[in-house]
Amino acid sequence: MKRSNAPIYWSLFGAGGVISALIGPGVVAALMMDKVHYSGALALSHNFVGKLFLFVVASLFLWHAAHRIFHTIHDFGVKPGVGSWLLCYGVALGATIVAASALLRIGF
Amino acid sequence: MSARRTYVRPMEGWWTRNPFFMKYMAREATAVIVYLYGLLLTWGIVSLGNGEAAFNGWLAWLKSPLGIVFQLVSLAVFAYHTWSWFVIMPKTMPPVKVGGKRLSNAAITGTGIAVAIVMSLAAFVLAGRLS
Repeated sequence: MKRSNAPIYWSLFGAGGVISALIGPGVVAALMMDKVHYSGALALSHNFVGKLFLFVVASLFLWHAAHRIFHTIHDFGVKPGVGSWLLCYGVALGATIVAASALLRIGF
Repeated sequence: MSARRTYVRPMEGWWTRNPFFMKYMAREATAVIVYLYGLLLTWGIVSLGNGEAAFNGWLAWLKSPLGIVFQLVSLAVFAYHTWSWFVIMPKTMPPVKVGGKRLSNAAITGTGIAVAIVMSLAAFVLAGRLS
């Protein structure tokens, strides 16, 4: 029997949901109130933990939202298909790759 | 074969007929802003990799009228997401027993929101201390 890949999506949804619930308001407020500048952001991205933090926050926000949107548009009659998959998980996957490569390019 | 015209109950606007479904949709709709905000953060990370001028361009968008409106909406939506996430948490996790008694829903929700407030404040303060 083929193993279901649903748990992967579901775990990413859950992890993104928790992290956005815990620090989302703080991140939004910090950026809105001009707390972040180039030198500080660069220093954060050079640090291994900081790099991981930036990657995880951006990527998991998208995986969380993608999963939720994918299932909620089903409630509005949009059946799961290639188009909706690409719009949701495809964009999350693309952004994950783009963010990871940018962060790796910055170096340690 | 001629198609039979049986009655099909219309589903149009089904979620507006019940306050429970309205709340469900409000909770699910937060994902649209989280999605856009995730894209905004990804754009920020890419800009950071492209150097100071690119990153300052990203920061300038955050200060633009559209950027400010988006962030004000995001702040409200993220706060609602935090609240709704911990309100449904007791229903999505296995029961926790403390001293033989099941932990109440209110205790789980309250703890979650309290932790979120502390962690969000920490993220806000730490962001200001980056140098």
